[in-house]
Amino acid sequence: MLFRYKNWLRLPLLLVSLLLLSGCEEFALFDPKGPVAEEQQWLIIVSFAIMLIVVIPVLIMSLWFPYKYRSDNTSEEYLPNWEHSNKIEFIVWTVPILIIVALGILTYITSHSLDPRKPIESDKPTMVIQVVAMDWKWLFIYPEHGIATVNEMAMVVDQPVEFLITSDATMNSFFIPNLGSMIYAMSGMENRLHLMASEPGTYKGMSTNYSGFGFSGMKFNAIASSQAEFNSWVKEARNSKNLLTKEAFKSLQVKSRDVKPMYFNNPNPLLFSDIIEHYTGGLNVE
Amino acid sequence: MSSNRTIVTEPDPIFGRLTLDSIPYEDPIIMTTFTVVAIGGLGLIGSILYFGKLKYLWDEWLTSVDHKKIGIMYVIVAMIMLFRGFSDALLMRSQQAVAVASESGAGYLPPEHYDQIFTAHGVIMIFFVAMPLIVGLMNIVVPLQIGARDVAFPFLNSLSFWLFVSGALLMNISLFVGEFAATGWLAYPPLSGIEYSPWVGVDYWLWALQISGIGTLLTGINFVVTILRMRAPGMTLMKMPVFTWTSFCANVLIVVAFPILTVSITLLTLDRYIGTHFFTGDMGGNQMMYVNLIWAWGHPEVYILILPAFGVFSEVTATFSRKRLFGYDSLVWATVCIMLMSFLVWLHHFFTMGAGANVNAFFGIATMIISIPTGVKIFNWLFTMYKGRVEYSASMWWTISFLLTFTIGGMTGVMLAIPAADFVLHNSLFLVAHFHNVIIGGSLFGYFAGITYWWPKATGFTLNENLGKWACGLWTVGFFMAFMPLYVLGFMGMTRRLNYYDNPVWNNWLLVAGAGAIIVLCAIGVQFYQMFASIRDQKSNRDWTGDPWNARTLEWSTSSPPPFYNFALLPEVRDRDHWTDMKELGLAYKKPTKYQRVHMPKNTWAGVVIGGASLVLGFAMVWWIWWLAILGSAAMLGAWVIYAFEDNKDYYVEVDEIEAIEGKRYADLDRVNTKAINYQESDATTISV
Repeated sequence: MLFRYKNWLRLPLLLVSLLLLSGCEEFALFDPKGPVAEEQQWLIIVSFAIMLIVVIPVLIMSLWFPYKYRSDNTSEEYLPNWEHSNKIEFIVWTVPILIIVALGILTYITSHSLDPRKPIESDKPTMVIQVVAMDWKWLFIYPEHGIATVNEMAMVVDQPVEFLITSDATMNSFFIPNLGSMIYAMSGMENRLHLMASEPGTYKGMSTNYSGFGFSGMKFNAIASSQAEFNSWVKEARNSKNLLTKEAFKSLQVKSRDVKPMYFNNPNPLLFSDIIEHYTGGLNVE
Repeated sequence: MSSNRTIVTEPDPIFGRLTLDSIPYEDPIIMTTFTVVAIGGLGLIGSILYFGKLKYLWDEWLTSVDHKKIGIMYVIVAMIMLFRGFSDALLMRSQQAVAVASESGAGYLPPEHYDQIFTAHGVIMIFFVAMPLIVGLMNIVVPLQIGARDVAFPFLNSLSFWLFVSGALLMNISLFVGEFAATGWLAYPPLSGIEYSPWVGVDYWLWALQISGIGTLLTGINFVVTILRMRAPGMTLMKMPVFTWTSFCANVLIVVAFPILTVSITLLTLDRYIGTHFFTGDMGGNQMMYVNLIWAWGHPEVYILILPAFGVFSEVTATFSRKRLFGYDSLVWATVCIMLMSFLVWLHHFFTMGAGANVNAFFGIATMIISIPTGVKIFNWLFTMYKGRVEYSASMWWTISFLLTFTIGGMTGVMLAIPAADFVLHNSLFLVAHFHNVIIGGSLFGYFAGITYWWPKATGFTLNENLGKWACGLWTVGFFMAFMPLYVLGFMGMTRRLNYYDNPVWNNWLLVAGAGAIIVLCAIGVQFYQMFASIRDQKSNRDWTGDPWNARTLEWSTSSPPPFYNFALLPEVRDRDHWTDMKELGLAYKKPTKYQRVHMPKNTWAGVVIGGASLVLGFAMVWWIWWLAILGSAAMLGAWVIYAFEDNKDYYVEVDEIEAIEGKRYADLDRVNTKAINYQESDATTISV
């Protein structure tokens, strides 16, 4: 008998081995590299565990009741007119309510503690990076360092970063899974997101909100490194001969796909607010 | 495919934006489909003419105002559209199974085509499969369950159906003439604005949804009035069958929510056609307003889809557990709670838009609160089986599969409802897996259970039970194989709507998902074969009693299929399970001594003609053919005015005709009645034990 079942067992075994082979680092959400992502990993696991309190009994009852009370099993009690029980009603309302109360408290606390606008506490000062979603690439402006880059950004390990995010085209969503929270990039608006990397590495960043034909290629690398390495990255960008002139920005606005990283020196310090103003400025279009 | 096409901005006075270049000749997939559809369509029309069935079709179906026939037509259209929507799903699965690359152009579908496919898949499955399946079931069942002879406004019902068909046709025309939207199924601006989507795709989306949406709104009004005003004597609100209750709540949601859709679409239409700035990125437009409005409709919409399915499960579980439904009162109140709460949660679709912590927490907690009445319902079905005598019929298979699947989907839904967790799960494949988990495992399995359960009532013969169980088993296995990998991929950080990706590990999981989709394909194949085989063998599956399942509610007291007037005499209701009550009192199948004449509505040409004119209007608006648009609207208005002045809208069925029909029914019953009565006695003995 056992041998016959072996073939059937192979499929789940295959899936489990697939899961194991994938390795933990493939599970971006369970491989947090910063405090925000770490808290979110914890939140997902805890909420999942709390819900299992009710989900597992329901799954068991869904199989056990129809099996136990199957029509040919006449040894079980049969109550065709039984339709109400205060005891059962009390339990089936109370248990979900208690679980939702617990999850509700968790929701309230984490909505505040993980509010994207909330600065991350640290000894180091927060670095500001301005992010612009374009068709179909990401522009990063470093106002404190006088550089701008496309589809690559760098940050210092253990230094909080405040991303100021807008869009120069359609709606996108800015997301670095290993670091945590995403937020929408919308034209004429500035969204704020605080993240921090606590380990050096190159993390994948992307847009998660569909924005047109080039959407799948709207990816960037987020490099988290030591202060020294970050400084030399900035230097490299500074040394680039590309200036982010009006013309250069106009050529960036042209739709393009799978854009390789680019560095720019000395962008207009008002570029970010100009982009937002272009949409909110009302009737004074050029 | 707008990228490689010349976009006409100066419309021709005769043809508008339509040119010969609008037909995508160069796409082999579309052209092959077109050939198959054209040959099939010509074959169908040819055989109708050859067998001389045109008049029959026109008199008995197209112009019918009979709710049962309209319901059947809804289900037929839905099954055809399911075929198309599922083909889209297979195309997406196969594209993602091969498209491991770091550059655009991987796989066999370029983004210009692929992005239309995922948009079309979502639109078709929600608007043209799920909605007609549920509206069709309500049409077939609700009037019978409340002891009515038709809906409150029979002509309106026919009009609703034809407006819906017109929307579905417009959506399908977009496949062969022009393009469909490539914006995602809810067409968020600014992407759906004229600047970023300059050609006709979004316009097809706008007009297909506008026309069919108005049809749905009229259905909602019709059923709210029908359920409130046309119940049989004695049937108080708290004696209504649960399917009628859940349908009632769904229709209240339609009446309240669909106007929001109509208005949102209208404003987007104005943005695209006359250059207003409601939702544009600049000039004071507000894209966030659109997202709020569309979800203020969209969230109630998912409850419109699932509440009637909950009703189906309630009927099926009680019938096949041979037991009264456990906790009717709490089930009804849970449904009403869900109905009211569904308007307070729309923001959970965009926690990541940047609302404050308190706003997010409010909507997150409100969402979780909805899961309480939903959970209570699951316990109600479980305790209906408890101490029952559960029969494993095909519709019961769907119900048990639903309990297992939907519980998992509900759990992942609550995880998504926690804003801080949604910040990493939003727009990922985890989200895609979740909503398929609840829409397939909840709504769709419910509709399939309902179709299996009420098929004999609508047609007069049962569906093949064995094939039904195979279909359910394959659907369940296929569903888990196709969507559990997507949960995993979500945790890996894979985003939805990707045309290609550069992570080879994802590929393994997408291959498993693709294999799951193929199993679902087999399941759908079995379902079509099940219908074919059951129609072929209908003589042996014939339901002579009108009550093939030994069921409990009013619709089973009349014959299968019911006479066009449903009930010769209106029943007097004194119990929730009216038909069980009648059987227990020994009053079932008793021939009344006297009949009265019955007042019935007459068939009308107006619904199909107005629906046809609305298709002309929609097509003309999409292509900026203004003269034709004026003609289309004039035809709609004219037909309506002519219909309004017609006097001859109703008639009386005379007593002798009723006596003939009912006489035949009781003669049939006499031949098989022994069986029905035996059924009764076996139940009665178990009660006394």
